[in-house]
Amino acid sequence: MANVLVFTELHDGHVKPVTLEILGKLAGQSADVAVFGDIGADQVAALAKCGAQNVHKLKGANLDKYSPEGYANALAEFIKSKNYDYVFGGATSIGKDLLPRLATKFDAGLASDVTNFTMDGGVFAGTRPFFSGKCLAKVELTGPKPHFVSIRPNALGMTEGATAGAGTAADVNANAGDIRAMIKEIVKATSTKTDLTEANIIVSGGRAMKNAENFAILNTMADVLGATVGASRAAVDSGFAPHAMQVGQTGKTVAPSLYIACGISGAIQHLAGMRTSKVIVAINTDPDAPIFTKADYGIVGDLFTIVPIMTEEFKKLLGK
Amino acid sequence: MNIFVCVKQVPDTETKIIPTSDGSFIETASIKWIMNPYDEFAVEQALLVKAANPAANVTVIRVGSVKDTEALRTAMAMGADDAALVEAGDNLDSYSIAKALKGAIEKSGKKPDIVLAGKQAIDDDALQVPQILAEMLGLPSVSVIVGFELNGSTVKVKREIEGGALEVYEVATPVVLAANKGLNTPRYASLPGIMKAKKKPMAQYSLADVGVSDADRRVKYSGFKLPPEKPAGKKFDATDAAKQKEVVAQVVGLLRTEAKVL
Repeated sequence: MANVLVFTELHDGHVKPVTLEILGKLAGQSADVAVFGDIGADQVAALAKCGAQNVHKLKGANLDKYSPEGYANALAEFIKSKNYDYVFGGATSIGKDLLPRLATKFDAGLASDVTNFTMDGGVFAGTRPFFSGKCLAKVELTGPKPHFVSIRPNALGMTEGATAGAGTAADVNANAGDIRAMIKEIVKATSTKTDLTEANIIVSGGRAMKNAENFAILNTMADVLGATVGASRAAVDSGFAPHAMQVGQTGKTVAPSLYIACGISGAIQHLAGMRTSKVIVAINTDPDAPIFTKADYGIVGDLFTIVPIMTEEFKKLLGK
Repeated sequence: MNIFVCVKQVPDTETKIIPTSDGSFIETASIKWIMNPYDEFAVEQALLVKAANPAANVTVIRVGSVKDTEALRTAMAMGADDAALVEAGDNLDSYSIAKALKGAIEKSGKKPDIVLAGKQAIDDDALQVPQILAEMLGLPSVSVIVGFELNGSTVKVKREIEGGALEVYEVATPVVLAANKGLNTPRYASLPGIMKAKKKPMAQYSLADVGVSDADRRVKYSGFKLPPEKPAGKKFDATDAAKQKEVVAQVVGLLRTEAKVL
């Protein structure tokens, strides 16, 4: 059995779902959670239900907002005071930035963006995509401990009936140390929806959307589904959507449960970013569009008539 | 001012990837290599700084195999002053690559003011090297940058985070920065640039020269294989207006009853 620390972030006071995915998959290991700042009792309970033994709340000056150095310094000091074999985190915006730096403070390795793993005998063995998902490879860690692992959100899925942990929450005095790269300001996004990389459902539009205004019909469908709206590179390069919405190579890599591609032909650059979606629905007027070779459900038709009909059907199904 | 840009050579996006029969890596003989797309933004940013600070020197560094030096020559044709190549195998881990880059920077004898790299390389998509390199060099870093403004020895950078929100950092040089798409528009190499690049100096080192050995490996990759083929999906014709509602209702129903995602 391995001693594992799972680093979590909060989003609007909630632990990120990827943390619960990781905890569920760590069944049989001893797993603690580390979080910066305060966390509600309901969230501690959610972590405990998935197996968290201790929930360490790291608190200290200059840790109220993220900084690569502050978070890495504070976590390194905390981890050194314990005896962890592994440190896990989500491959989120912060996780991707923080974990390589943190691992290097221990001269240790990081297996990043892992999509599945086992812990047989308390030893990590993972799988991760290579070449934009055109290939899969086994990933193992060697060298000084603790070993670090980041997990792609939505890849593991939730474990049903996980063994509960004690969920003992306690404060830890943390030290941010010297911070040279400090956030001066945060420019808020126009959208408050879940980020594409963590979204459970994505509705995406391509060049066939014709203009930015037409994305309104995708937003309407997304609101019904609780989905996030994405776009293909063609749509972004045509100025229909900002780059932050781009799915694919030179955009976001996503792995939602449901991906609805509207008017997207399915260029290889787009497939690279969404091929690991669990279920893909494609709507396209061209019956030979490459997207149909990847779609579980393909609808040959005009998105401008199909999308509104589908939105109504979703409303009926979901009782909205 | 010394600017270093770390670039990687990766298979072209359109390239068909075939794992080797023993699964140790992929077949590399027939691959078309290109400069990692995110690294182009890093090179361009270095050249923009040089344009405003003519005394600046831009060195591009790459760790990888020698059979093709396309990425370094491209960067020099775009306008970088010189290059360094650390000869290495194709399947290195991020820690070894970062250590080799650090070694190559030290070999140059120049103290870095700005180190730029793409935020990730599209071969292993590890998103690690810039941050590891920063920690190894004892420097601050900001990754996924989409905005850059140099004022004296301070840079103001914008880091893209979730949902397209931006964190604005101000940090004194020296600093390591990892570029995202949107930072700038990379230039094309001009014909005179390509001719000049052939004469620009390129230092060449072995991994041993820059202090990297097998003992530096932290992550082992093996068992390369193609992902399981997805079974063919169901395709519905909704071009006939009379049938559209029926077809869409059927698909939505299947999403709940068959795919179980709703």
